[in-house]
Amino acid sequence: MPVTLFPHGIAHYALGGTLMGLGVALLYVTTGRPGGVSTFFSSSWSWLLRSPFFRQGAFLESRHWRLVYALGLVLGGGLFLLAGQTVEASHIPAWKLALGGVLIGFGARLGGGCTSGHGICGMASLSAASFVMVITFLGTGIVTASVLKWLGV
Amino acid sequence: MLQTESPLGAVATLASGLLFGFGLAWSTMIRPESVLDFLTFDDLGLLFVLGSAVGINLLAYQLVPRLFGRTLLGTAFQERPFELDRQALLGGVLFGVGWGLCGVCPGPALAGLGAGNADLLIALAGIFAGALLHGLWAGRQVPVTA
Repeated sequence: MPVTLFPHGIAHYALGGTLMGLGVALLYVTTGRPGGVSTFFSSSWSWLLRSPFFRQGAFLESRHWRLVYALGLVLGGGLFLLAGQTVEASHIPAWKLALGGVLIGFGARLGGGCTSGHGICGMASLSAASFVMVITFLGTGIVTASVLKWLGV
Repeated sequence: MLQTESPLGAVATLASGLLFGFGLAWSTMIRPESVLDFLTFDDLGLLFVLGSAVGINLLAYQLVPRLFGRTLLGTAFQERPFELDRQALLGGVLFGVGWGLCGVCPGPALAGLGAGNADLLIALAGIFAGALLHGLWAGRQVPVTA
């Protein structure tokens, strides 16, 4: 058992979450767009592919702003560095990032959203379906991470 | 029909992403290890990240449309199209397995790349590939009318 549930305190979590929330809220209040991120990874394929699925209206109508939004996310991370902040190095093996990435991409699109779409926008909309989705991926996420930690993988 | 985007709309969208990405970095959620520490109950800080973000958006999503009716830029508030069914649940299961495997999700992958973690390019390539596989597969399931 960990000695404390919050070994790094809670201040940066609460402040970071507040900034994230303000970003998603700003998008909704100014443009009316729910700020889920994962659709970007589907709608962007419509720039390259001609198949009917990727040429559906929902992607063609939103691919511009989703690209701009994704660019903003990348720049936001860059701004954090420019502000003189440092990020601790990460050491996740490449195979986990690759396999995990495919599962995340496929799962988020099949599941109609990710941690931002269901987790923030869906829950803020008080969508019961989104609550069920969050419980689902939180559950399998906890099981997967805990089993791998236990196995030492 | 293509929506015409006002320059202000584009600026607001970019600013929103910027703030979101900056917050993801500040909360250390761009570091996969932080997310994995939450999923293994070693550090429950993610609860405060999610709680703060959802709290603010509860106000935005529940109050603003009722008080003002239109967005600040005069457009309509959009609904998230989503229907819960067996396939969606399977999607949630798979997403969680991937999340628990590498500690990455779509937003933090983008923001973390911006903050200099080039390894996340592998995760981003994976997410693009997963979304492509989904589209090819879904396109066969139900023919989408173009």
